[in-house]
Amino acid sequence: MYDPTVARLTYRALLGRRRALILGALPLLLIVISVVVRALAGADDQTAANLLGGLALATMVPIIGVIAGTGAIGPEIDDGSVVYLLSKPLKRPTIIFTKLIVAIAVTMVFSALPTLIAGFILNGNGQQIAVAYTVAALVSSIAYAALFLLLGTVSRHAVVFGLVYALVWEALFGSLVPGARTLSVQQWSLAVAHKVAGGDLVTSDVGLTTATVFLVAVTVLATWYAGQKLRSLTLAGEE
Amino acid sequence: MAVEQPLSASAATPGDQTRIHNIGYRNYDGPRLGRSYATRSLYSQSLRGAYGLGRSIKSKVLPMLLFVVMCVPAAIMVAVAVATKAKELPADYTRYAIIMQAVISLYVASQAPQSVSRDLRFKTVPLYFSRPIETADYVRAKYAALASAMFVLTAAPLIVLYVGALLAKLDFAHQTKGFAQGLVSVALLSLLFAGIGLVIASVTPRRGFGIAAVIAVLTISYGAVSTLQAIADAQNSTGAIPWIGLFSPVTLIDGVQSAFLGASSAFPGAVGPTNGEGAVYVLVVLGLIAACYGLLMRRYKKVGL
Repeated sequence: MYDPTVARLTYRALLGRRRALILGALPLLLIVISVVVRALAGADDQTAANLLGGLALATMVPIIGVIAGTGAIGPEIDDGSVVYLLSKPLKRPTIIFTKLIVAIAVTMVFSALPTLIAGFILNGNGQQIAVAYTVAALVSSIAYAALFLLLGTVSRHAVVFGLVYALVWEALFGSLVPGARTLSVQQWSLAVAHKVAGGDLVTSDVGLTTATVFLVAVTVLATWYAGQKLRSLTLAGEE
Repeated sequence: MAVEQPLSASAATPGDQTRIHNIGYRNYDGPRLGRSYATRSLYSQSLRGAYGLGRSIKSKVLPMLLFVVMCVPAAIMVAVAVATKAKELPADYTRYAIIMQAVISLYVASQAPQSVSRDLRFKTVPLYFSRPIETADYVRAKYAALASAMFVLTAAPLIVLYVGALLAKLDFAHQTKGFAQGLVSVALLSLLFAGIGLVIASVTPRRGFGIAAVIAVLTISYGAVSTLQAIADAQNSTGAIPWIGLFSPVTLIDGVQSAFLGASSAFPGAVGPTNGEGAVYVLVVLGLIAACYGLLMRRYKKVGL
């Protein structure tokens, strides 16, 4: 199910040249901000939870997920070079699975790792906050990568739709309509984080069971359907 | 020698006779439309393209959808104001763009790369420059087109609000003043956002990557700034709040309009900048717009040649 050559090519497409710098700029900013906050406000659990929840989990993880998830396959489909990959004797689901693994790994390294570091800078992992948000970032990395990889195979405007989901649905609708929070990767991963942290600082609107079921279902279904889409891929010209 | 001379002479004779026959094509000696016409065409085509006009149905969906999403809340507010016979609109003219900033960011992120990245990717930029337009014309036309498209997007809901306010028989002078202030504010916002979007998009030929980069810059900077402001507010260091606001486009516009355009600030604790700090805000906004223009000029000095 895992092909090292496809993985190597995908890594290079995602992190080649200046792209790694831009992907690295976001985590760096998070760490710089947490250093500034620690210097200004000192160690405070509520501040740490706000910063990690509001900036790291709500904004940074989805954006890196969009870049990694759609970037793993979108550009290849866009410029048509995916036919060279598809013409090799590899199963299409294998290609998708490999690309998914790479996208998950990239998202985790560039979002969960800085979250952990920022958490330790902010309050030295008081009340398990750093670990809890890191777990949330890890879990949501998997779901986001699978979801946005699927979008990359379905639509040419995958990045826009991914961002609409991440910013409009999760952030805007989630704050206005409570029901929308049930269908939000962010809340599912927060439910897992709540289990880890145990306190009242990390809360979620979804129960742990629901969240786990949804997370697994979304990841598996998105990966399976992306494989199906790739099996019947038609290349379209530029609009 | 005597033998060779006639040979060379006879070889020369066909050369003399060889000429391109004039088969009746005429030179164009009518009026040339020239550089400014080409620039205007580029402007109008880019402006139409920003709303998907003249492109495929699929390209129309997103900009039109965002336009509708932008206007619907304004229509709802007007309906509420008319139905309840309110004395004031539910939201200020200046506040509207701040509330809808996610939609505005998405619009500029999706349309800025559409406007410039495809020219880079399909290497059509040299074709533009083979026409009488120059680097400055291309940059100005693209910048003006995106800024105008943004202005249409942000001013349309204000017009809806204004017309609705007049229909609801709210105070004419007060509403007109608010409307004018709102227009100035969204004009600044359009210029600033269009500049930032174009600078980022002109660096990458990949459309998807450009979209993500523009959104990342706009939302992450806003997220970072508002988090820091909230912390400063909690620490009771209210003096720092306006200075932190200088580091993201949305809070910049917010600061300018709360200092000079009679808006109430969306900063935590509603602490807007004072007049002195507001002057710094205006300078930073104008400086950023000029810097974006300069960077675009520098970028297109070298591109595609």
